Amino acid sequence: MCLAVPGIIESIEDAEPLMRTGRVSFGGIVKEVNLAYVPEAKVGDYVLVHVGFALNIVDEDEAAQVFEYLRQIGELDELEETEAQGDDALH
Amino acid sequence: MRFIDEYRDPEAARHFAEALRRITTRPWTLMEVCGGQTHAIVKFGVDDLLPPEITLLHGPGCPVCVTPVELIDRALELAARPEVIFTSFGDMLRVPGSGTDLLSVKAAGGDVRMVYSPLDAVKIAQKNPDRQVVFFAVGFETTAPANAMAVYQARRLGVENFSLLVSHVLVPPAIEAILSSPERRVDGFLAAGHVCTVVGFSEYEPLATRYQVPFVVTGFEPLDILQGVYMAVKQLEEGRAEVENQYSRAVQRQGNLPAQQLVAEVFEVVPRKWRGIGEIAHSGLGLRPEYAAYDAERRFDLATGPVDESSECISGLVLQGLKKPHECPAFGTRCTPEQPLGATMVSNEGACAAYYRYRRTPQSVTQEDAN
Repeated sequence: MCLAVPGIIESIEDAEPLMRTGRVSFGGIVKEVNLAYVPEAKVGDYVLVHVGFALNIVDEDEAAQVFEYLRQIGELDELEETEAQGDDALH
Repeated sequence: MRFIDEYRDPEAARHFAEALRRITTRPWTLMEVCGGQTHAIVKFGVDDLLPPEITLLHGPGCPVCVTPVELIDRALELAARPEVIFTSFGDMLRVPGSGTDLLSVKAAGGDVRMVYSPLDAVKIAQKNPDRQVVFFAVGFETTAPANAMAVYQARRLGVENFSLLVSHVLVPPAIEAILSSPERRVDGFLAAGHVCTVVGFSEYEPLATRYQVPFVVTGFEPLDILQGVYMAVKQLEEGRAEVENQYSRAVQRQGNLPAQQLVAEVFEVVPRKWRGIGEIAHSGLGLRPEYAAYDAERRFDLATGPVDESSECISGLVLQGLKKPHECPAFGTRCTPEQPLGATMVSNEGACAAYYRYRRTPQSVTQEDAN
């Protein structure tokens, strides 16, 4: 029910703010989307679309956060392993 | 597709599962309150990747499921009227009321139309000025901005033959109802990402403090869910109870302010009855008095009253995380998606329907338990 799909804005039809719409491509399928709730959105932005409304601009910097987090916990684990091995060597 | 496919990488999922195994020292029970997450967890087998200490419970995260039977009966009554064009998202069409469903009303001659957006319903109303167009406004906070905009535009454009049958519910009051239950089994919550895209997550902060439970705002893809689980378990293992945001590519703490403003312009907080649970105070949205002219329950004289539900159905216990779907004796036998007895079987996003659809036949569950 709360499904929202990311798509890229291809064009914007500038009307008054609450009626602003754009054409958004979802992997090639293009739909008209209401952009009233993302007034700062521009062509080329990825937006999350739910029932014909863009609810947010996808933050491209944060998009890699999942992998960065995984790398961090992986690195930390490796570090702990190295330290543990170092401790073993001392004993 | 970009921003979807990369979050389904099996190798990264295995790494998350491995990291989770390393930090988990005790049994923990987490609950997601989002049908989309429930569906993804069961479809992708995310729960099978978790260490055995971690249990995922599936809370009341499906607005379609928790829409009360009498409201569906009202939808059916409206849809059968000759002057009405009844419009709805597709997922409400098969949900049974006490007798039939919207698709059957359509087959019997009712003018029932599936729409992608509530604005499509406004357009139908503009094209059919001699008919009454009713939109079934079901949803959580995620959908409220769209439905608010439909009413707002209808009023601005002078579309008087348009109205909403409103069944809007809010997530935090339902979570608080679960937290305050003396039978509570939940140690932490995955908060639904797209609800938070709209309303932000500051509402969870007092709940985290008062009930000492972690909340992690979580996305919908397998890696999102695994990271959300990891962050929640890490908090539990470290004795923290904070609100964290896994889904930062789509959620900011304050949410979407223009959307919140229009929702507050059109809707007000009201008590709502949840199918399978009962009435929860301040748990829904209704149209404000200024927009009462667009309320289908006021516009039409409806005969449908309260309805009693099957006493065999345990969906209330499933929604509160007190039972799993396969613990119900009717699961998969007397209760199926085609002939559902209650809330959690009526939509794909309900926990019982998700278990029924993906590999969780009673036989496979028994085999799993035996292993």
